[in-house]
Amino acid sequence: MRRRFATVSMLACLLAALGFLAAPMAMAADDVAIVGTLVSPDGKPVVGVAITVEAEGFSQAATTGADGKFSIPVPKGGTYQVTVDETTLPAGVTLANPDDASRSILVLNGQKRLLFKLSVGGESTNGSSDGAGTDTSDNGLVGQVSQLLVDGVLFGILIALGAVGLNLIFGTTGLTNFSHGELLTLGAFTAIVLNELGINILIAAPLAVVISALLFGWGQNKLLWKPLRRRRTGLIASMVVTIGLAITLRYTILLLFGGSPRSYQQFAGQAGFEIGPVSVTPKSLILAAIASVAIAATVLWLQRSRIGKATRAVSDNPALASATGIDVERVISVVWTLGAGLAAFAGIYLGLTQDVSWNMGQRLLLVMFAAVTLGGLGTIYGAIVGALVVGMFIQLSTLIIPTEMKTVGALFLMIVILLVRPQGILGRRERVG
Amino acid sequence: MDLGFVFGQSITQAIGVTAIIYCLAAMGVNMQFGYTGLLNFGQVAFVAVGAYSVGVIVVTLGLTLWLAIPISIFASVVLALVLGIPTLRLRADYLAIVTIAASEIVRQLVRSIALRDVLGGANGINGKMGQEFHDLNPFPADFELPFLTYTRQDLWVVIVGWALIAVLTLLIWLLVRSPWGRVIKGIREDENAVVSLGKNTYVYKMQALILGGLLGTLGGVIWAVAKQSVQPDNFVPDVTFFAYTIVLLGGAARVFGPIIGAIIFWFLLVFVGEFLNQAIQAGWLDFLEPTDIGPIRFILVGIGLMSLMIFRPQGIFGDKKELALDGR
Repeated sequence: MRRRFATVSMLACLLAALGFLAAPMAMAADDVAIVGTLVSPDGKPVVGVAITVEAEGFSQAATTGADGKFSIPVPKGGTYQVTVDETTLPAGVTLANPDDASRSILVLNGQKRLLFKLSVGGESTNGSSDGAGTDTSDNGLVGQVSQLLVDGVLFGILIALGAVGLNLIFGTTGLTNFSHGELLTLGAFTAIVLNELGINILIAAPLAVVISALLFGWGQNKLLWKPLRRRRTGLIASMVVTIGLAITLRYTILLLFGGSPRSYQQFAGQAGFEIGPVSVTPKSLILAAIASVAIAATVLWLQRSRIGKATRAVSDNPALASATGIDVERVISVVWTLGAGLAAFAGIYLGLTQDVSWNMGQRLLLVMFAAVTLGGLGTIYGAIVGALVVGMFIQLSTLIIPTEMKTVGALFLMIVILLVRPQGILGRRERVG
Repeated sequence: MDLGFVFGQSITQAIGVTAIIYCLAAMGVNMQFGYTGLLNFGQVAFVAVGAYSVGVIVVTLGLTLWLAIPISIFASVVLALVLGIPTLRLRADYLAIVTIAASEIVRQLVRSIALRDVLGGANGINGKMGQEFHDLNPFPADFELPFLTYTRQDLWVVIVGWALIAVLTLLIWLLVRSPWGRVIKGIREDENAVVSLGKNTYVYKMQALILGGLLGTLGGVIWAVAKQSVQPDNFVPDVTFFAYTIVLLGGAARVFGPIIGAIIFWFLLVFVGEFLNQAIQAGWLDFLEPTDIGPIRFILVGIGLMSLMIFRPQGIFGDKKELALDGR
């Protein structure tokens, strides 16, 4: 789910961390608030419900207005106890989850939207606005389309980071890696661990990328895939192994870190700024720029460097490449390292713009597959093109289909492309019945 | 630590309702993956179709279960055709990607807000499903088994379920030793060879996909009837991979493989869960919380799936000659 924070409001600590971006942004500490809307399952606003926000030396109460909305300004970021007075709920309406009656939440900067699930009898609804897309709706169609295009390109670049590694590994080894999503998650969690040890994310992120590349890329190939290749384990068997690995890694992360989403300590809630009708956050622009450079460097490396050329040769025909004296194992080892590093970066990118959770990579896996299938399985440029197309398609499709269905649209697009052009946009024609 | 309780629970679950559902799904996977070599990673979609057909027909529309079953079979065949037509000509890896994607499409569709009036959204469909079936239950209300702890309702489902599995296993056994079975095994071993014998492998693969899907759908029907509740998030891709683990455990391309696999799989899974639960309560494992048991069970399944595929791809009772798992 996309998180959008109010466009104004930004705190001094963030500005200090982001010194070079500080100038154009307004400071308005008053705008830190806990907001939400209570709506009954049949869509009517729930009026007059008392909600209290408390913290050390602070207490503020409010009731929901005629539109079901409430907004409680708080003095600064921190942890607040939010209590819903259940006796003020209308007759027949209850909280779907009784634990919601009183819970403590962490407010960073900007407005914190709350989710209360209400139920009438057995039916329930998300009695809250999720905020997605709300700030673009007043912009008219042109504004909306340009916002979605920008979001789509940014998302596409993120997908490309993952998809390039996926496709490189497929190209050189023939392995369809269903545990590639977990490489994203592992990267993001490596960064979380470093970050929580007190290292600023600006340093923790590159460190995590290097650690992931070596540990989860090079190490994984060394410990798992190289021995399997030596045993001549078939590709289909290997694919099932990647599934098992994905399940193992995913639930190990869940076991170690728990199920609730986390955020990095820096840049968590960053205000967007507006360019014409489009609103973007500085961090996503910077991340996209770094990601583009990383992808361009990968492409250049494949085109120019010796080992890059060897990689393309192995992708083309491993046996022939080996016969010309290329060390195929070394190429594969480099590709795993690179792929895992790019994936770790993608994970941190995702963690910085959304949040870090145990199944974040799994949620993106099928989108990455859609991108590589669209562009052509095994072709590096295809992965980039496919990722951009999928990213924009996912965002733009929300103009027509409900937001919750946007991934379905992309997966559907993938199936249609397979019908028309099975080798993908840039793929070579090849078919084994 | 009450080991008797742990064993009792494990055996009850090993031949219980969930094992039956997964056994049927695994029989489908065995037909597609074990015999034909089709890498269908979207088996859970067929289970979901079965469960939701019952939910929609019986609860949403208020019609009878006896109508829901043929409709679920019809829906399952349609899904197999929709999945198979674009993908069965493609390589194994494409088939795997598309089928897992399709299973996610199905899950997202059934949980969507747009279709909530029919399919129940994220809450799914809850209510009396298959009252007609439960009315046939011959066991008296106060019936109790020694050792096994089934409710009266579950006991009826278990008996009918295993009887159904027995009949289906017999049919599959007859089918795979028929000329048709030899062709699909030939496709698994070397598709080009079968093509050069003049067989239309596309049609055979489609038939295997439909058949395997139908078995999964029957599992879904039993799911709805036994659990009286279908929820979209029950049908995540992990279900498919549980079914794969079951097939590999029992031995792929073995007619009894899924049955043995399902029983062993659920016995081990429940045993580990209950054992850890008791050990935590007894204070032996202070570093664990009861909520950690779920992830631990999944981790064991993942490791099990990997190790089986690497060290013993033919499964515990499989025949290595039966399975040349790399005809792509």
